[in-house]
Amino acid sequence: MSEPTIYEISSPGRTGIEYAHLDVPPSELPDAFLREELPLPELSELDIVRHFTHLSKLNYSIDGGFYPLGSCTMKYNPRINEVTARMPGFLKAHPLQPIETVQGSLVIMYLLQETLKEITGFDAVTLQPAAGAQGELVGSLIMRAYHRSRGDLKRTKVLVPDSAHGTNPATSSMAGFEPVNVPSDARGNVDVDRLRELCDDTTAGLMLTNPNTLGLFDEHVLEVIDIVHQAGGLVYGDGANLNALLGVTRPGDLGFDIMHINLHKTFSTPHGGGGPGSGPVAVADFLADFLPDPIVAIIEEGTDEMPPLYGFVHPPHSIGRIKSFHGHFGIIVRALTYIMMQGPDGLRSVAEHAVLNANYLMELLKQDYTLPYDRDCMHEFVLEGVWQDAEGVHALDVAKRLMDYGMHPPTNYFPLIVNEALMIEPTETESKQTLDVFVDAMKKIAKEAHEQPELLHEAPHNTPIGRLDEVKAAKDLVLCCWRPEEE
Amino acid sequence: MNTPNNLKYAKTDEWVKLDGSIATIGVSDYAQDQLSDIVFIEFNKETEDQVTKGDALATIESVKAAGDVNSPVSGRVLEVNEGLSDIPETINDDPYEKGWLYKIEVSNPSEVDELMDASAYVTYCEGRH
Amino acid sequence: MFIPHTDVERQEMLKTIGKKELSELFNVIPEEFRYPELDIPPALSEMEAQQQFSNLADANNACDEMACFLGAGAYNHYVPATVDFLLHRGEFFTAYTPYQPEISQGTLQAIFEFQSLIANLTGMDIANASHYDGATAAAEACISAYHHFRGKRPKLVLSPNLNPQYLETIHTYFGMLDGSKLLVPEEQTAFSDPDQLATLVDDQTALILMQYPDFLGNIYDLTALTTKAHEQGALVAVSVNPIALGLLKPPADFGVDFVVGEGQPLGIPMSFGGPYLGFFATRKELVRKISGRIVGETVDGQGQRGYVLTLTAREQHIRREKATSNICTNQGLMALAATIYLSLLGKSGLRQVAELCYHKAHYAAQQIAGLEGYKLINNQPFFNEFVVECPKNVSVINQHMLEHGLIGGYDLEKSYPKLKNQMLVAVTELNSREEIDLLVDLLEEARHE
Repeated sequence: MSEPTIYEISSPGRTGIEYAHLDVPPSELPDAFLREELPLPELSELDIVRHFTHLSKLNYSIDGGFYPLGSCTMKYNPRINEVTARMPGFLKAHPLQPIETVQGSLVIMYLLQETLKEITGFDAVTLQPAAGAQGELVGSLIMRAYHRSRGDLKRTKVLVPDSAHGTNPATSSMAGFEPVNVPSDARGNVDVDRLRELCDDTTAGLMLTNPNTLGLFDEHVLEVIDIVHQAGGLVYGDGANLNALLGVTRPGDLGFDIMHINLHKTFSTPHGGGGPGSGPVAVADFLADFLPDPIVAIIEEGTDEMPPLYGFVHPPHSIGRIKSFHGHFGIIVRALTYIMMQGPDGLRSVAEHAVLNANYLMELLKQDYTLPYDRDCMHEFVLEGVWQDAEGVHALDVAKRLMDYGMHPPTNYFPLIVNEALMIEPTETESKQTLDVFVDAMKKIAKEAHEQPELLHEAPHNTPIGRLDEVKAAKDLVLCCWRPEEE
Repeated sequence: MNTPNNLKYAKTDEWVKLDGSIATIGVSDYAQDQLSDIVFIEFNKETEDQVTKGDALATIESVKAAGDVNSPVSGRVLEVNEGLSDIPETINDDPYEKGWLYKIEVSNPSEVDELMDASAYVTYCEGRH
Repeated sequence: MFIPHTDVERQEMLKTIGKKELSELFNVIPEEFRYPELDIPPALSEMEAQQQFSNLADANNACDEMACFLGAGAYNHYVPATVDFLLHRGEFFTAYTPYQPEISQGTLQAIFEFQSLIANLTGMDIANASHYDGATAAAEACISAYHHFRGKRPKLVLSPNLNPQYLETIHTYFGMLDGSKLLVPEEQTAFSDPDQLATLVDDQTALILMQYPDFLGNIYDLTALTTKAHEQGALVAVSVNPIALGLLKPPADFGVDFVVGEGQPLGIPMSFGGPYLGFFATRKELVRKISGRIVGETVDGQGQRGYVLTLTAREQHIRREKATSNICTNQGLMALAATIYLSLLGKSGLRQVAELCYHKAHYAAQQIAGLEGYKLINNQPFFNEFVVECPKNVSVINQHMLEHGLIGGYDLEKSYPKLKNQMLVAVTELNSREEIDLLVDLLEEARHE
């Protein structure tokens, strides 16, 4: 079943492409700098098309089936996005072209900035961050720059709830802060009493995912935000779960100061097998001057005859540049396409149906699986993949067995505060029929866990490959197509 | 869980065996079990280095976790069990004998007294589930 | 459209969960902030959306309509048809990060092949699964080196001839680390001697970062610099143009420790600046010191070969606040594009593209150097970018060329105030002799304008 590597199917002398002949006189090559060997594979175009087509068939994808991976918002990726993003006028625009020649691109960026401001309730947006984690970094640096601009140098701590994504504490320490863990209460909210104790004049801010990774909207969100503000800190919103809130509420209105938005989750841009993402950051008015460099703005107002001129501006106290150029433009086009096809009513419907789907699954599955936080969820919920009377069965086994039923497993072992977590996010693009098939499979697996646990331990059975030896991978470290001894 | 009575234990799951002024240090059976299959160890200190209680002595990685080994004592490094770099799984197989990490000449023996004895450590570990 | 629920189904589902209205699902949200009126335009149909975006795309005058001699970090190379056709497969672009290896072998093997190709191209032992772009890959090299020495070597020496946007990015990333010190010599000329830079490396230096060819196009031998830096115990990183490596010695030959770069030239469209591809290669001894995902080979229970994400204990989802980088999502699909591109070109194709770029650039440089009032500044070998001193302001010249359908080179004064009237010209295989001759004619005309 396994597919040979491109090196194994290489044949000396073959090539997949021929270029036009040189149409200028050749110049002397710099002998001292020429490489002796270029050990790349040699394949024909058909070799390559077949190889990558074979590889693609070894992948599970949204196009192939249900993908309830919690916190990842694996919604359908509309094909029109791929068409708009590939229009030659966009694809062939050099990022440093004079602004007069790229007004179409700049209008798109401006429109997305404005639209995201409106959807989230913030006052300014940067589209530059390459992914959610880089958005978090930008947000943390803005937090730092804000306190420093006020001469408030003692704010060194960032509070992070125990249900947070790993990127939150990693980002905080990368940005020079000390992350401090805040526990959750019995209903899955931030523990308000502990929060109050932890907040003081060393608190730079709180990183809050709301709804959190349990899929729960914090019941005291206004109080939580107020406690942090009273202590002089800022509240950062991790927008990973924004899909639940579109058109339903705006984090900026709730009092958040900063938030990143994952275009590749909420706004339907493809995950691409691990990127590219895009993580715009939205901030309240008083933080706009700290945004990364540059931002798109109207730099000359239009007249009756002339449209306005769009260009780049440089925020006066910017934290600086965080990558090359202006952000993931191709992803920006896709996200704007999606938003423009939804309109305000469509966005609200997205959130409503994402939440409906999650609650429907939760209701039907809580009979067979332990639901540690039993209240209305938002776009996702977390079950335990373990039973007292089914010894030796773990969440991992449930996940692997689900593959045999032709579905992608939920996120497992996260969030860390749930024992043997199975985190399920159906998204709004899945039909009742699909959800029912999933429920059926999950119920069968729960039954198998008690009656035929070996079916779970040995799963998956029907996949291109079985469970892989991760210890061997980490110890032998074969990271390239040739073995270490071949060198 | 194996917790020899002749050793002292730290809350961060290191064990110490004191012979005169020489402390041998490793990680407990509980810790190796939590980490599961250990695939890598990196030593942060070398022979003759001075260490202070709480310093990160080493980092241990398994396929699913990573943990720091913090020094339960202060003193001077006498010996590092560098052979573990090639066979880090020894820590899983034999945490208290072949899996030792450092020998340190202790500058303040009272630090060892502050550590838990075996029964206190067992109680402590049970409370963490 | 994208929400499949019929009215009947919606009612059944609401009934199952004991609700009458969808709005009851949101009772937990403070009432005064529930259901805001969003002031955004009403929904467009797909047909209307396509038309609107088409109008906006047409509002650009991009390199599909004009000859392009602009580089400076993004390059107008030919993207073979096969690359995008394969990227269009939904099995690739609608998959998530391969956390479940049994059903993600396609993505995992492609990344494994990408790592192999980058290792071969750079001459290094291993490469990771990608970073966001060339700038952040360079910044991550700095961070890896800083943490490698546990902050005990706080100094980083950065070549002044590094892409200025990379320098800015590194400044932002390092502003976070109190006590770290970035050293960038101020003198900015086309002739910054790398061996001079080496004198700035001392026992407090974690890393020296170079670019090859550098931002002004020059190619230097970095062997002596690397040796000197290593004598001081410091690490050496080089940011490269991957197409140049089709022709030029790989940086591994100089003995460097990290090779990073912008992968956009490898089959990725310019797309107004992104998404691109950062690549990162190193020696095998340093593999645990680098950030970013890494795929490794292993076997399943039947002994069948397969691939998994490995060395994950370095990463944020395990190490949380102790991780040295927060990178999570990277550039998976762009890495796939580069993998397909490099496989397709292979040994002879990449060499061919590199030579086309080299010869065309040198032809252009010679023709321009022959014009009155213009001077070629580079006195070192260069690859496909070079600096021309112009008789007047570059923006004035570029404006004249733009009116004749040609996008001129980068105005270096924008990044370096001292480099007045200096233009950085990039030439690729897509620039025909006619286009180069037009460039030369327009430069000549612009002198008289």
